[in-house]
Amino acid sequence: MVWFKKDFFSKREKKTLKVPQGLWVKCNHCNEIIYKKEVERNLDVCPKCNYHFRISSRRRIETVLDEGSFVEYDGALEPQDALDFKDLKRYKDRLREAHKKHASKDAFVSGQGLIDGRKVMIGAFEFSFMGGSMGSVVGEKITRLVEHASAERTPLVIFTSSGGARMQEGILSLMQMAKTAAAIARLNEKGIPYISVLTDPTTGGVTASFAMLGDVIVAEPRALIGFAGPRVIQETIRQKLPEGFQRAEYLLEHGMIDMIVERKMMKSTLSLLLSLLAG
Amino acid sequence: MSFKHTRDFDKPIEEIERKIEELRHFSPNGTGAYQEEIRKLEKKAEKLIKDIYSNLTPWQITLVARHPERPYTLDYLNMAFEDFVELHGDRLYRDDPAIVGGLARLDGRPVVVIGQQKGRNTKQRFYRNYGMPHPDGYRKALRLMRLAERFNKPIVTLIDTPGAAPDIEAEERGQSEAIARNLLCMSSLKVPIVSVVIGEGGSGGALAIGVADRVMMMEYSTYSVISPEGCAAILWKDGTKADLAAKALRMSAPELKKLGVIDRIIKEPLGGAHRNPRKAAENLKAALVDALDELSGTQIDRLLDQRYEKFRRIGVFREPGT
Ligand SMILES: [Zn+2]
Repeated sequence: MVWFKKDFFSKREKKTLKVPQGLWVKCNHCNEIIYKKEVERNLDVCPKCNYHFRISSRRRIETVLDEGSFVEYDGALEPQDALDFKDLKRYKDRLREAHKKHASKDAFVSGQGLIDGRKVMIGAFEFSFMGGSMGSVVGEKITRLVEHASAERTPLVIFTSSGGARMQEGILSLMQMAKTAAAIARLNEKGIPYISVLTDPTTGGVTASFAMLGDVIVAEPRALIGFAGPRVIQETIRQKLPEGFQRAEYLLEHGMIDMIVERKMMKSTLSLLLSLLAG
Repeated sequence: MSFKHTRDFDKPIEEIERKIEELRHFSPNGTGAYQEEIRKLEKKAEKLIKDIYSNLTPWQITLVARHPERPYTLDYLNMAFEDFVELHGDRLYRDDPAIVGGLARLDGRPVVVIGQQKGRNTKQRFYRNYGMPHPDGYRKALRLMRLAERFNKPIVTLIDTPGAAPDIEAEERGQSEAIARNLLCMSSLKVPIVSVVIGEGGSGGALAIGVADRVMMMEYSTYSVISPEGCAAILWKDGTKADLAAKALRMSAPELKKLGVIDRIIKEPLGGAHRNPRKAAENLKAALVDALDELSGTQIDRLLDQRYEKFRRIGVFREPGT
């Protein structure tokens, strides 16, 4: 098992933050120009309007774990082009490009760490790696993480941010839904808590498998969460979508998630939930 | 609609088939008129079908899988099963006509059968929502699967859907949760499960009734993570490139067999199931009986371990250093 200490990735991954280079950033939501340092200090949340910027998998993990406690699992797993897939670009070339930009080999980072001293299995999606799509590597890493949680009777926390199954791995991607869900079934049988945290955006085959199977399902404010993407729905029904459709608040109202938690409260909320469930 | 979106490859065959029909019509029983002519045409049609159907492109296979005269779930329930009693509703919200299910006998053995159902004419298609289930359909399926577990009956699922319904109601009532819940529950249901893709295996909406001990596909069915049109629209930025996407996605039965995702391909009659639904149903029935015979001898704990492993090992990746 390959693992990296926290300081290895914190330098490299900053480059992939979804904000322009320079000292200032523009908020996607309120359009205010804000001092970048101020946003970063605020856990990448807009200090003016509370918009939650998308953040990298490693930064995500950093924000909820006790400092320096993260030990990465399965970091060596590399995607393969099993279908020899080619659209306008070759899948191999897409992967090569992604690997130039990222320290990680695929769209999911996993490992173990501590939340207020309590050991957890933790994983987070890297949305900027091919839209956080789930292919064989992501499915395998999630399944192994769930199996670790089962074997070591350790609670599980997964942060999702994904466009769904990875088309370039075809049917193999689809089957990762069954594989991960089956692993969760075994975790359930053992009575080990699993908290699923849905962040912007979580759609398709990821939502329709392990993401919606948390014992407790948490979402970040305004996160887009759904099965079909809003554009597909719009094109199918040819009607205007209702205001706030598929946002975290909409899902809460429709009974699909347990709560909406702001990033600054995420660690303490997870800690409290785990102490109540696994205490 | 562009040229390649039609079933043009089938036209020459249909032409001859029409001629044969005409000759039969003008040749009352026993008169023997046109017999020679009919026999010749039949020979010609057979050769043509063989030539054309042994060289179908992935996109053409997709069109056969979607053929409007292809047998659907209820057709197979009539032809391959006996004593079908349909059971309705999810006990939560409504009865979703895009999924049908109930009790039946297969070769004398009681089973629970569940499948997506498409409509044959405009009105029926609308009623069945083109075989695209809502969460209620998946929850009905799960209810019936639990019923099967309680009464220790094997489960047969027949997959035929373009995908789960993409609309506001589906999202409102938790399409994702419904599909996810089925995947989770099916992986640990304590009865044998056999799934067959009979037409279109469209993405998560297909898999939601497809976690089984044996997964099979009819010869000209397809199974894919996304429709070729959807894939083309995203990756080629042009929905009409569906033929290219169909090839790239490797969604035909032989491709899935090669990838280790399915266990068996069920042969279709010459020229596809729509040319001889009875024969297709016979082949389906034989394959189902084989699979259930095989599975019925396995201890349930072993069966569940094997089911877990079956999906556990799917995926291709590299792990340097191991
Ligand atoms: Zn803002």
